[in-house]
Amino acid sequence: MTVPEGTWVLARLALRRDRVLLPAWMAALALVAITSAAATKGLYPTADSVRQAAGALNDTPAMVAVYGHIADVSSLGALAMLKPLTTGAVLVAVLAAMLVVRHTRAEEEAGRLELVRAGLVDRFAPMTAALVVVIGANAVMAVVTALGLSATGLPVAGSCTLAAAWLFVAAVFAGVGALAAQVVTGARAANGLAVSALGAAFAVRAIGDTTAPWLSWLSPLGWAQRTRPFAGDHWWVACVGLVVAGALMAAAYGVLARRDLGAGVLPERVGPATAGRGLRSALGLAWRLQRGSLLAWSAGFAAYGLLVGGVADQVGGLLDSDQARELFTRLGGQSGMTDAVLAAMVGLLGVVASAYGVQAALRPAVEEDAGRAALLLSTPLGRPRWVAGHLLIAGTGVVVVLAAAGVAAGAVHGARTGDAGQIGRVLTAALAQAPAGWLLTGLVLAVFGVAPRFAKATWAALAVFLLLGELGPALGLADWLIGLSPYAHLPHLPGGAFAPLPVASLVAASAVLVAGGLTAFRHRDVG
Amino acid sequence: MANAITSDAITASGLRKAFGRTRALDDLALTVRAGEVHGLLGPNGAGKTTLLRVLLGLVRADSGVARVLAADPWREAAELHRRVAYVPGEVTLWPTLTGGEVIGLLGELRGGARRARVAELVERFELDPTKRCRTYSSGNRRKVALVAALASDAELLVLDEPTAGLDPLMQAVFEECVARAREDGRTVLLASHILAEVEKVCDRVSIVRAGRVVDSGTLSDLRHLTRTTVRARLTGPPNGLAALPGVHDWTADGDQVRFRVDGNRLSQVLHVLTEREVRDLVCQPPTLEELFLGHYGSRS
Repeated sequence: MTVPEGTWVLARLALRRDRVLLPAWMAALALVAITSAAATKGLYPTADSVRQAAGALNDTPAMVAVYGHIADVSSLGALAMLKPLTTGAVLVAVLAAMLVVRHTRAEEEAGRLELVRAGLVDRFAPMTAALVVVIGANAVMAVVTALGLSATGLPVAGSCTLAAAWLFVAAVFAGVGALAAQVVTGARAANGLAVSALGAAFAVRAIGDTTAPWLSWLSPLGWAQRTRPFAGDHWWVACVGLVVAGALMAAAYGVLARRDLGAGVLPERVGPATAGRGLRSALGLAWRLQRGSLLAWSAGFAAYGLLVGGVADQVGGLLDSDQARELFTRLGGQSGMTDAVLAAMVGLLGVVASAYGVQAALRPAVEEDAGRAALLLSTPLGRPRWVAGHLLIAGTGVVVVLAAAGVAAGAVHGARTGDAGQIGRVLTAALAQAPAGWLLTGLVLAVFGVAPRFAKATWAALAVFLLLGELGPALGLADWLIGLSPYAHLPHLPGGAFAPLPVASLVAASAVLVAGGLTAFRHRDVG
Repeated sequence: MANAITSDAITASGLRKAFGRTRALDDLALTVRAGEVHGLLGPNGAGKTTLLRVLLGLVRADSGVARVLAADPWREAAELHRRVAYVPGEVTLWPTLTGGEVIGLLGELRGGARRARVAELVERFELDPTKRCRTYSSGNRRKVALVAALASDAELLVLDEPTAGLDPLMQAVFEECVARAREDGRTVLLASHILAEVEKVCDRVSIVRAGRVVDSGTLSDLRHLTRTTVRARLTGPPNGLAALPGVHDWTADGDQVRFRVDGNRLSQVLHVLTEREVRDLVCQPPTLEELFLGHYGSRS
């Protein structure tokens, strides 16, 4: 098989466009893994302390649901890499899928691919170039990670297995992104499809690890854990992943071979010849542009809520050690344990809901970048009013997706425990996550107001906040640094205490960011 | 003087705007009279689009004064926009909306759609309003923006390269629409580098170069300031014709002579010429192309 004509030129173009993003991303993830390894070593100096810590983690269903099991409780490496393995796999998957979409469907939608394909460029070259760049960059990162982990003194074989796990997850989701980009005609929709697939993979693994282990074999994230880095190193699982990645890419090539430029799998339909009732204002337009995305996110959140509600009360059965029972009692028995699981799952929702907020609040920046803002703002529509439409949808959308998950989880959990009051408890817990989402929304708007070119960098802030919360304590970071993350100030509900001051501060900070962003936007040029 | 102020739709002076090191506008002055079709002529990168964006309040000038329909375009943008319609140079639309929906939306934002007028314009421009914008060609996207602008009640139409991507038939439709807008008493400011278009529809022209208006006036004014091309066949020798003041680019080929004369010297030169034996004479006024080349070619 020969490489399609034009692949290398396009690969160089992609590298040029991502010359900041790729190295920064690779360095950040490798660094997180390496510093975690070094820090964990200091925290658990003896074999006993490792066994104790690992055992306790395995006996905490909330931890198992989010990160999976530690396959070998005597392995320092397995203990150290529990969080980086899963967190890294998820982040690698998001980047791989979105990068492939960025260099294929996004280019096609913007009309640039037409120009490129008219040159000496094979039909398959753009997708091949995107896959080569994404998988190549992840391979480089895998090598760096493996070398770095070995350098901290962890076993070389395990270091390589962990790196290989990340690499095959990247390959699988590069395949998912490639296929999504071929099936739908919009880059945004393709991204949504790929992220939904990732969400499903995460949920299936979370349920599998807590209740039905065979289920985890259906999820690429489950395979990542079953490569068992530092705990037996099951290499062949990575090969399964690569086969699936190959199949996904083959399917994407299959669709690409059959479709026209600009088309998807479904034919284009005609629409109304005049603007309907709903399309008469800036808010109406914003709603029209964002409703599909909000609906999809809400459906995803509701599905996740159903799963969480279904497993939360079953975790008691996992307890079979003394430490776990002790923890169990300290948390207040069965209901305390269940609450801890619910709180952990709801905490994750808060992060994902702010991802929705970021995406929705980025819309004005996207519109301006595409050149559509000038047309709208040349009408009597004022600038604050235009932005307010999208802001309103982002802010209420955060609440809506959280409510969808909260109601679904609460309803299922309430039905299983025979306690209808759970709906209110879980819903409240989910809604209490909203202020963090608003803060990110406000941050997007503030950056948009000052320098719209950098609005998308708010995604990096989200990743930093997430990592601060996930790994900050393990790395021994200062409290004030960890406290920069809005997630550090959210109440642990249900079960925990609700402190109004931190939440009120988040809301106030969001309002300041929004006001600052709007003011700045009124005083800058519109491109 | 008071009369002059009220009859100007746009006045601008001393406008400067820099993007980093690029000076997009450099001490630009412009006057557009109410009710006229004013052409803004210049090559790519001359500052036409930046000027239009300043006049619409989308971009703030670093310094200088601009008044559009007696309003400050930066401070009173939203109020001003009730009376202005704009067609951007590069029309990008929402890929999932149909053309008809976009026209309706822009109409509503401008204070109410004019359904009958929209229907008429859609038909004249042969636009299919039921198609999604992502399936439109760039010409069709421009038609969407043109229909929305022309169907509005705006007193001032600001059009950036309005016929780029339109076929000749549609260009003719556009010219008719502009003529009608003028009959309705509307003012049109049209930026273009298509000389023929400006020549056909514009009452007055401003030539923009490197961020400045270097010339402004009716086409005949501008022609007066430039050189007429003269070709003649003489039976006798030209005898010092070439040395007359105002004669340029002299070439002689046998009995054929060819030269260019400054507009203000034309009658004197013709007077001298007719004293010779002239067998054949062609006088050609400068085309807009030559005006353009005069400003962008030899003088730059």
